[in-house]
Amino acid sequence: MTQAEIFETFRTRAESVSAEVHHFARKGAALDFILEFLCKEAVNNDAPFLALWADCPFLNGLDKSLLAGKVPNLSFDVTRDLAASARVGISQMDWALANTGTLVQDASAVAQRLVSTLPNIHIAIVHSSEIVADLPAFLTKADPKRAAYISMITGPSRTADIERVLTIGVHGPERLIIVAVDELGEMN
Amino acid sequence: MRKEFTDSINKALHNSNLTGALGRFSEAYRVSRAKAYEGIDFEAVRTQVAERKSYAASHLDELAETFTRKAEASGATVFRTSSPEEVRQYILKLARENGVESIVKSKSMASEEIHLNDFLVKSGISVRETDLGEWIVQLAKQRPSHMVMPAIHMTKEEIADIFGKEVDEPLTSDIPKLVKFARGQMRPKFLAAGMGITGANIAVAETGSLVIVTNEGNARLVTTLPKIHVAIVGIEKLVANFEDITPILTALPRSATGQLLTSYVSIISGPVPNTDGTVKDLHIILMDNRRTAMSQDPKFKQALQCIRCASCLNVCPVFRLVGGHVFGKVYTGGIGTILTAWFGALKESDEIQSLCIQCGNCTQVCPGKIQIPDLILELRRRLAVEHGQPLVQKAAFSVVNNRRLFHSILRAGSLAQKPFSKDGFIRHLPLFLSEMTDFRSLPAIAEKPFRDTFKTIDQPKSKEKIAFYAGCLVDFAYPEIGESVVKVLNNAGIEVVFPEGQTCCGAPARYSGAYEVAAQNATDNIEAMLKEDVHYVVSPCPTCTVALKQDFISTFESLGKSDSLPGARELASKVIDFSTLVKKLVDEGRLTFKEGKQLGKFTYHDSCHLKRTLKVSNEPRELLAKAGYEAVEMYEADMCCGMGGSYSLKLPEISAPILERKLKNIKDADVPLVLMDCPGCMMQIRGGMDKACSATRVEHTAQRLAQALENTGSKRTAH
Repeated sequence: MTQAEIFETFRTRAESVSAEVHHFARKGAALDFILEFLCKEAVNNDAPFLALWADCPFLNGLDKSLLAGKVPNLSFDVTRDLAASARVGISQMDWALANTGTLVQDASAVAQRLVSTLPNIHIAIVHSSEIVADLPAFLTKADPKRAAYISMITGPSRTADIERVLTIGVHGPERLIIVAVDELGEMN
Repeated sequence: MRKEFTDSINKALHNSNLTGALGRFSEAYRVSRAKAYEGIDFEAVRTQVAERKSYAASHLDELAETFTRKAEASGATVFRTSSPEEVRQYILKLARENGVESIVKSKSMASEEIHLNDFLVKSGISVRETDLGEWIVQLAKQRPSHMVMPAIHMTKEEIADIFGKEVDEPLTSDIPKLVKFARGQMRPKFLAAGMGITGANIAVAETGSLVIVTNEGNARLVTTLPKIHVAIVGIEKLVANFEDITPILTALPRSATGQLLTSYVSIISGPVPNTDGTVKDLHIILMDNRRTAMSQDPKFKQALQCIRCASCLNVCPVFRLVGGHVFGKVYTGGIGTILTAWFGALKESDEIQSLCIQCGNCTQVCPGKIQIPDLILELRRRLAVEHGQPLVQKAAFSVVNNRRLFHSILRAGSLAQKPFSKDGFIRHLPLFLSEMTDFRSLPAIAEKPFRDTFKTIDQPKSKEKIAFYAGCLVDFAYPEIGESVVKVLNNAGIEVVFPEGQTCCGAPARYSGAYEVAAQNATDNIEAMLKEDVHYVVSPCPTCTVALKQDFISTFESLGKSDSLPGARELASKVIDFSTLVKKLVDEGRLTFKEGKQLGKFTYHDSCHLKRTLKVSNEPRELLAKAGYEAVEMYEADMCCGMGGSYSLKLPEISAPILERKLKNIKDADVPLVLMDCPGCMMQIRGGMDKACSATRVEHTAQRLAQALENTGSKRTAH
């Protein structure tokens, strides 16, 4: 499979489990999308708005204070208390698996887990070239010695425990928004 | 059977929430499971799962040691114990030492196995199940009715009531709102808990890793927010290598819920930072609780290959009627019966093992390749050895073991039944026998058994001879099937011999755990059948065929009667079922059907032993198509009809609704004729049709094939 075909499989599979997938060639466009999304969320809700962005390679070379100025209540300081009240959490995933539409992350750092478990919405950034074919392909790369907490995420939190009716958003996020970016290097 | 047990069965059967939900689920499950496995070689995957888990089961001690070393090297504390009490005390001590007042748990069967919640609550610690279904069941003070869907027996209205009591206000039964309510109620508990308890789906020795699979995301919170994480792991969850995760994670979500992967999979390989910057206090409890003993039992070792997907429950015709509560224990369904016998005591499986109808559906889907029905039979055998058989059963089998007595009683029965029988059916029996004819009529015992009729058939003399094994139903209830078989074989120029010494195949005894009786039946039959110098022994009954081909050997093996094995193997090599033999004769051009016949529509019912044990399902369909019949497939054609030999007599309350479903599926096929290869199924389905006053004909494949053959009459000369 070419990388483009791998991506399309990933998109189809992720969408089939209710993830929302957005694909950008360049980092700048991806950033614009995220900021715009956050601004809309901030306005559209009555509840107090807070977005938390966990440290990640995507933020390299970006001026955090400048970003924070563009969105009301965007914070890069991830704490347990803030995460518990945040509406949106943003983090970057390390890999993805095409044939199940899965995101994979070394989530040893607690901030990575907080922003992807507690908020209602999780925005997950992934580098398109890090999408591999499937679970076995990933497990050969994975190194549990270095990553003590590997997190795999396939769609938003779900349950069918009441009358077998599929319901999204039990304990984890009710929306999973995947932002796939081809080039993560320079802004332009 | 105790009255409490039959009462619990009847209660479940009359709970329409339960039977409705389970019934709909079993239908949807078939479809979603098949879709999830699209593009995947299930046989290859399950072979890998079975091999890796089997390896682990043979090396439990070694893997537990490696796991301990690796996990401790990465900073975890590992506690190995064989005793449930020590697990409970360990957790209590840990909680007390750290001032833990409340605990959040994600789903852990191992913790339920040792009744941990009750213990901790009694010790003054609050314990909250966080899996939605488990929480509902916890609030309702019930037990899970299904391993994967604990609250499947409850309606949204009942759940709204239970939730409403928590906050003292009425709640709507809107499901998304109920789920939101649960999220809101649970959040403060997650944030306040001093300890999180999980199970693990896989424990990897090579790396000291735990793999935890959930959909709701509760395990991620349980392992992230509290400062202490305790994982309770049954040692059967151990695998040797990190790459062993692949086949198990490929099979588990697909088999459990028809998903390609669950929403969340966490692989934890050591303590990680807490939210306050300290390091997680990670305790892994490797619990034995008789698993090592199980691994040392040559028969039951394979049960450790279970990955707890519950697919054996989902395809079980009995489970979908009665659900999990009748099992009375933590583990339910087929595999649950086996685990209960081991993790508890053999005696605890005494009643629940009788629920298995031996249809074999579970063997088709088990990702661990566990022969669940065989293991349940083995439980039955050991129970019979340990506790003896019921007296009535013992008396009955002592008759079956004496062919002359058994057959003369059957002949006497033909006369005794006269007041009750009409048009070949017994529709009502008096007194305690009445249950037997409540839901289906029974066939009247034939006036003349087939062994007598056989002597009057004019057969062509031939050098080529085949021995006929009738089985009791054909011999004494449906001799016409025997006549059809002889007619078909004569048509191919083959002379049929009927060894007089043949008797009951022993299946009723074996399936009741009375192996000594079954062994005597086997010995008598082997002697009778091997007297004839024939290439084939054919039977129109799949259950008898399986008995002669496989069960005789396995019964002797179980009893250590190795002297009897050569004879059993010789007979087994000659035995063939009717349709397979006829298909062979047709393929060789020795049998031809009348040309250009259009004989109408029929639907075919697959018998359990024929389809799943003998792997025969296309042969009768192809033959009937060649003969000129047009097949209309019914829904769930290969689902058990509820007969199960003596099952329908022992548990008529379960046999009846299974039959009812089968009759409905036949009716929905909208054809005048239903065919099958098994006289047992025929007895059940025909009896049900008679009770329903249905005009649908119920016949054996042999009867229709015999009519459709090109008549080579010249061969039918007199002696």
